[in-house]
Amino acid sequence: MSEGLAFYAIFFAAIFTNNILLTNYLGMCSFLAVSREVDTSMGLGWAVVFVMTATSALNWLAYHYILVPFDLTYLRFVVFIVIIAAFVQIVEMIIERVSDKLYIALGIFLPLITVNCAILGVSLFMVIREYTFINSIFFGLGSGIGWMVAIIAMAGIRQKMARSRVPRALVGAGIALIIAGIMALAFMGFSGMIKIT
Amino acid sequence: MSPLAQILIGVGAISAITTLLAIIMVIADATIGNYGSVQIRINKEKDITVEGGRTLLSALMDEKIFIPSACGGRGSCGLCKVKVTSEIGEHLPTELPWLSDDERKENVRLSCQLKIKKDAAIQIPEELFNVKEFECEVKSIVDLTHDIKEITLRLKEPAQMKYKAGQFVQFEVPEYELTSEPVYRAYSISSQPSRTDEIELEIRLVPSGICTTYVFEHLKVGDTVTINGPYGHFYLQDTDARIIFVAGGSGNAPIKSILHDMLEKDIQREAVYFFGARSKCDLFLIDEMREMEKKLPNFKYVPTLSQPQPEDNWEGDVGRVTDAIERNIDSGENTEAYLCGSPGMIESVVDVLKKKGIPEDKIYYDKFA
Ligand SMILES: Cc1cc2nc3c(=O)[nH]c(=O)nc-3n(C[C@H](O)[C@H](O)[C@H](O)COP(=O)(O)OP(=O)(O)OC[C@H]3O[C@@H](n4cnc5c(N)ncnc54)[C@H](O)[C@@H]3O)c2cc1C
Ligand code: FES
Repeated sequence: MSEGLAFYAIFFAAIFTNNILLTNYLGMCSFLAVSREVDTSMGLGWAVVFVMTATSALNWLAYHYILVPFDLTYLRFVVFIVIIAAFVQIVEMIIERVSDKLYIALGIFLPLITVNCAILGVSLFMVIREYTFINSIFFGLGSGIGWMVAIIAMAGIRQKMARSRVPRALVGAGIALIIAGIMALAFMGFSGMIKIT
Repeated sequence: MSPLAQILIGVGAISAITTLLAIIMVIADATIGNYGSVQIRINKEKDITVEGGRTLLSALMDEKIFIPSACGGRGSCGLCKVKVTSEIGEHLPTELPWLSDDERKENVRLSCQLKIKKDAAIQIPEELFNVKEFECEVKSIVDLTHDIKEITLRLKEPAQMKYKAGQFVQFEVPEYELTSEPVYRAYSISSQPSRTDEIELEIRLVPSGICTTYVFEHLKVGDTVTINGPYGHFYLQDTDARIIFVAGGSGNAPIKSILHDMLEKDIQREAVYFFGARSKCDLFLIDEMREMEKKLPNFKYVPTLSQPQPEDNWEGDVGRVTDAIERNIDSGENTEAYLCGSPGMIESVVDVLKKKGIPEDKIYYDKFA
């Protein structure tokens, strides 16, 4: 049970000690595909922060007010996925409608993250760990920021490495996975600060 | 609770949730995603009304105004540029790689990326009004090499096409195994404009390419196909400068068209044609080119093989086209160059020609990208 944990503890834990990308290795595909430039990574990162926060709130409500009362918690995978997909679609439409600037900065990344497993992961962790509504929102926010921190760091490293000579067999995803592994080791340095499981 | 009731509740709940979301989506599509109809004013004279929220390219296409688009709207060819003269918002990141600084300032846009959400005004070259859609019948399919076919299309409706030698058309690939919607690919016309009722294409197989696989494995004599065109600025300039033609593979197509056109119009300019191939089995229409040399006394054909095989008994030039140009051309004075082929080949040939002293604005090319 996590009632004892304050929302700020969960928030910081989600960024550092329990970084969804570097400790759970979720959200890898877009992480590898879009981490070539810091600018685009930042755009994608913000989109993930926004969608994670909002969908953890929505999914929390759906879980506790629909699935639990009808004893349907085993349906959570399907329900969470369709809610995420529908939410992303609608947000994309709204952004496209209201602001060109926002669409250029954020909107074009939204379709990329509908299928980002880190987003589903956050919703699932939040019900498994039995977070309260507020804690869930901060968990979503923290996880999103953690994901963004990781992808920006990765993009920075890959930009720096653009000119380095990487062994032929490792060019591309190979070296990216090795870098991700080393980053994960570095993040292990945070563990012990706060613990949430 | 009985197991049956449990199953029913599960199915019912999931149906209810997805139906609810679907209804929300439909409503959103009809309200947020609905931009009504919008007007596009073309060249200050013609107004068309289209459904809002679509790309400019597809909106124009529906009105039978054809903008060249070799990649079929994926934003990977950069051909579908259109100048927008009304305020329409910033360039999208997907457009920027294709636009020069000047084009960005003039608000040139990639029409396949730009969605039209409000009334707009655009400027397109007059000649695009000439572009039409043609229904054709496949008259013949001939193997030129192991991976290049010559396709002759008889024009049915309209029955004639007016174009300049060197221009290209777009071939419509209908929906089939490799594509769930029609796609368009550019092919240069290899016949000459005097043959007004038919056009000929030279198509090279790109392994697992959408259009070329269709042409190589599905297209049969007698089939009906749709093309649109003509497009492009790759034609002979009206000067008396010496001409260097350079091509590889199916890049031969527009040059063959230009040569036949020169012959018919009795244009006796000095010209040399460097054709690059790997080995003899990649060469084609050699007899026709030798014949051309006899009829156009100032024309010379220089095929060059990069990897001649022992059984080829090859006595001509050996090496890449760039080597052949290096050897055979001493100065680029009063010379124009026309190149056609893969982007890589074109870039390296442009470098050599510039070294020979041919200014960049006298080098014309069609990149088969
Ligand atoms: C102005 C213009 C004129 C052209 N004229 C001709 C012509 O006369 N004859 C001709 O054969 N082609 C010509 N092309 C190329 C043609 O339009 C297609 O791009 C090509 O035939 C591949 O189409 P596809 O649908 O089979 O392959 P796609 O399904 O589009 O591509 C499959 C894969 O192959 C790659 N690819 C695409 N084109 C090539 C290529 N040329 N070589 C190697 N890899 C490629 C793509 O990047 C992709 O990964 C021309 C292109 C342009 C822009
Ligand atoms: S159609 Fe190819 S870039 Fe627009």
